[in-house]
Amino acid sequence: MSPVMTTRIALKALARNKMRTALTMLGMIIGVSAVITLVGLGNGAQARIEAQIKAGGTNLVTINAGNFTAGGVRGGSGAAATLTIDDVEAIRKEVPNVQYITPGVNMRGQVIAGNQNWSTRVQGTDVDFPLIREWPIRYGSFFSTQDVNSAAKVAVLGKTVSEQLFGPEVDPTGQVIRVRNQPFKVIGVMGSKGQAGMGDDQDDTLFAPYTTVQKKLMGQQYIQSITLSAANADATSDVSNAVSVVMRTQHKLANGDPDDFTVRTQEDIAEIRTAALDTMTNLLAGIAGVSLIVGGIGIMNIMLVSVTERTREIGIRMAIGAKGWDVQLQFLVEAVVISLLGGGIGIALGFGMADLATRFWEFPTQVPPNAVAMAFGFSAATGIIFGFYPARKAAALDPIVALRYE
Amino acid sequence: MSVISVRDLIKTYEVGEVKVHALRGVTLSIEQGEFVAATGPSGSGKSTLMHILGCLDHPTSGQYFLDGRDVARLSRNELAEVRNRKIGFVFQGFNLLSRTSALDNVELPLLYTEKSLKTAERHKRAMEALKAVGLSERAHHHPNQLSGGQQQRVAIARALINQPSLILADEPTGNLDSRTSVEVMGIFQRLNMEHGITVLLITHEHDIAEYATRIVSFKDGRIRDDVQVTNRRDADTELASMPAIA
Repeated sequence: MSPVMTTRIALKALARNKMRTALTMLGMIIGVSAVITLVGLGNGAQARIEAQIKAGGTNLVTINAGNFTAGGVRGGSGAAATLTIDDVEAIRKEVPNVQYITPGVNMRGQVIAGNQNWSTRVQGTDVDFPLIREWPIRYGSFFSTQDVNSAAKVAVLGKTVSEQLFGPEVDPTGQVIRVRNQPFKVIGVMGSKGQAGMGDDQDDTLFAPYTTVQKKLMGQQYIQSITLSAANADATSDVSNAVSVVMRTQHKLANGDPDDFTVRTQEDIAEIRTAALDTMTNLLAGIAGVSLIVGGIGIMNIMLVSVTERTREIGIRMAIGAKGWDVQLQFLVEAVVISLLGGGIGIALGFGMADLATRFWEFPTQVPPNAVAMAFGFSAATGIIFGFYPARKAAALDPIVALRYE
Repeated sequence: MSVISVRDLIKTYEVGEVKVHALRGVTLSIEQGEFVAATGPSGSGKSTLMHILGCLDHPTSGQYFLDGRDVARLSRNELAEVRNRKIGFVFQGFNLLSRTSALDNVELPLLYTEKSLKTAERHKRAMEALKAVGLSERAHHHPNQLSGGQQQRVAIARALINQPSLILADEPTGNLDSRTSVEVMGIFQRLNMEHGITVLLITHEHDIAEYATRIVSFKDGRIRDDVQVTNRRDADTELASMPAIA
């Protein structure tokens, strides 16, 4: 019998028992829609984090000092005093395609202005910083090379710091603030940059020349990080590799010695941040996948009932010339139709639920096309696997026994 | 050449501990164009014989040639093909697919035929078969909307659709009233005489057997008697003389 006819017969048989067909399908619908929704939510969250990190610029490369270990005492990343301004100069000179580069020295400090005070991150940096981050200036200007060379006590405030100390929409340039009891002149306020990938407020920062932070506030010579931007996004990984080579030479590391620094592109950072979420998404999809198996068992159950119930029909079909294969195919197609139809509805429902999540919780969702293909493929496979046994049971019936069945 | 030729057919069932000897050695030939009635009380083995002749069941021993072919050598699939192409079944309980129109029921054997016909051609042939049994105006009714006689006529149309050389009818009038029985026998007689189809009719009613040309009677799994009918009944003449039903 032609596959078209077999499908038509299967559809007719399913249409005769609409309620039962619908309930059997429900198992598949719930399983598939759960997979789609959860994968959609997970991927949406991932995409959001990735987008936020990449918003910092896809051509960014960050070099951090390595882990610090001394006699069993281990400091965190950046704790080792291995990066110096010489490294910055070496990279600037030897690595091609570096557009902007700045050292970074960070600390936390209490900032006082008049009768207001605020604890914030103090970031020592160079003049290239706003160019690297493409960060606009709201009031005044960023500090100059001269300020850096002379370790001038000047500060550029992040928007949050400025608002906390001087109130919103106030231009504080020219005012004097105190950082660790040293007076700094406010020469500018940065525009708003908003939250970073992990949710911390990038505007809650005070920027000063790195020389000033090193000498006046921290009293040391090393730097904690180097940030640079490649001339274009495509050159980023080449730049990143070249930086590693230069840094190893600079730090006189022998072959086989581990790096005492880490070089990361913005892409790498995004990957690390999303890896955990990826695991979570897979876990949720896996749990939802279990419901697909349960749905499949539901299909098998109903098909077995159906074969028993229609033993006489099978007998009639065999008596007038149906081969075992014809009968097997008929029941197999019924199972596959149930699972595929259920899978299709499940996919639509999954998209609907993902859409609702976006609309009502403002949670970004993104259903990847391969998840749809997988859900569809999985439901087809479920139909074939769980429909096979009942179909074979039907095909193996003895015509005369089936015909006499009451 | 004989349509059916069986020799020393034995069929033994095992029901629990007990052995049931349904056929104890049956030898029989049926020629092309014969109308044979197999009679006998229930348990005499006539139904078992029909199942074996219909390729629905295997004999325990003995030989069966259908159109000269040794059926014992055929595979499951080849047997299905034989049932599809050479044999038309008519059962006592009609055995139509429920919730399926008369037309679709009649078409069913065509769906299982190797070379598939176009839908239009299938419909045409099914309609012709329904017309031959006088039911063309009921083509789209479901079995539960038809009387017993009409259902049996649908079943006969289904048996005819693949132009079989042999029709096996197992108590075809068992569930029908006497007038409808005569009508159904009339159809069989016409098929036999006009189309030369060989008919094997299983029945326990002796008056129904008299529509055949030859009566083979069974008892305890053996043929007891095998006679030509001398005073054959003719369904069409009988129908004409019957009072019309209101």
